[in-house]
Amino acid sequence: MNKENPTQIDLEALKRKDKTAFAQVLDQNSEKIYRLALKMVGNVQDAEDILQETFIKAFNNIHKFEGRSKVSTWLYRIAVNESLMVLRKRKDHVTEIDAEIEKDDGDVIPRQIIDWCCLPEKELMSSEARIHIKKAINHLSEANRATFLLRDVEGLSTRETAETLDISESAVKVRLMRARMQLREALTGFYSERLTRENA
Amino acid sequence: MTHEHKFYCKDMVKNLNAYIDGELDNALCGEIEEHINSCSNCQVVVNTLKKTIQIYQSDGRETKLPPEVRKRLYASLDLDDYVTKD
Repeated sequence: MNKENPTQIDLEALKRKDKTAFAQVLDQNSEKIYRLALKMVGNVQDAEDILQETFIKAFNNIHKFEGRSKVSTWLYRIAVNESLMVLRKRKDHVTEIDAEIEKDDGDVIPRQIIDWCCLPEKELMSSEARIHIKKAINHLSEANRATFLLRDVEGLSTRETAETLDISESAVKVRLMRARMQLREALTGFYSERLTRENA
Repeated sequence: MTHEHKFYCKDMVKNLNAYIDGELDNALCGEIEEHINSCSNCQVVVNTLKKTIQIYQSDGRETKLPPEVRKRLYASLDLDDYVTKD
């Protein structure tokens, strides 16, 4: 552990495969990686496998980590790749993170203009709503989902997200916009029905 | 989105992300706010978009690492002695 800043990872200790340093990395990052994996693949068993595989790969390859980015960014990167591997086994087509972004920007034009923000919190986060929230994110392309999760849920900056996914910052912005607008449309479809019920 | 400032609404969509993320300069930000105040459609889009992001953030915050998954993770790395949280 770094004595001057206890939250800072001691890279030299990690490279010596010091167990205390490894445990510190786990303490600081395991929940984040689990959350990302779970939201990427949508099931707890696969998320746990991705979590373990991410740390096993990270620790086995620690000599390759040059310390130019944060350890967490490196871990997120491994976790995204592991998640994509799981998804490839499940379905025929997975949008690669660095795939060319489709020119059609129809997905970013708002279609439904209904204000559902006034719904009470218990409606917004009801068990039925949660199923829909999960379904909506699973409908995003893998590349847009990873971008949205890193940027908006994990709170990485545009630059950190670009570094993690190995794409340009402008590609992050385009993917993020599409993801946000598609999710907004999906949630609007669901909540507007609730709104009609409330007002009936 | 159809109303008399049709072009500006399109412009709004183009700058939506940057506006929500607070990445616009003061002048453009001010213009957008002025537009939102006079365009109820854009106001709805901005509000529901912000709310959508908040919903996913709050759903994310509620996702905790289950203690048994944590234990198995530490065990898989031969770090059983270091499990600190239950």
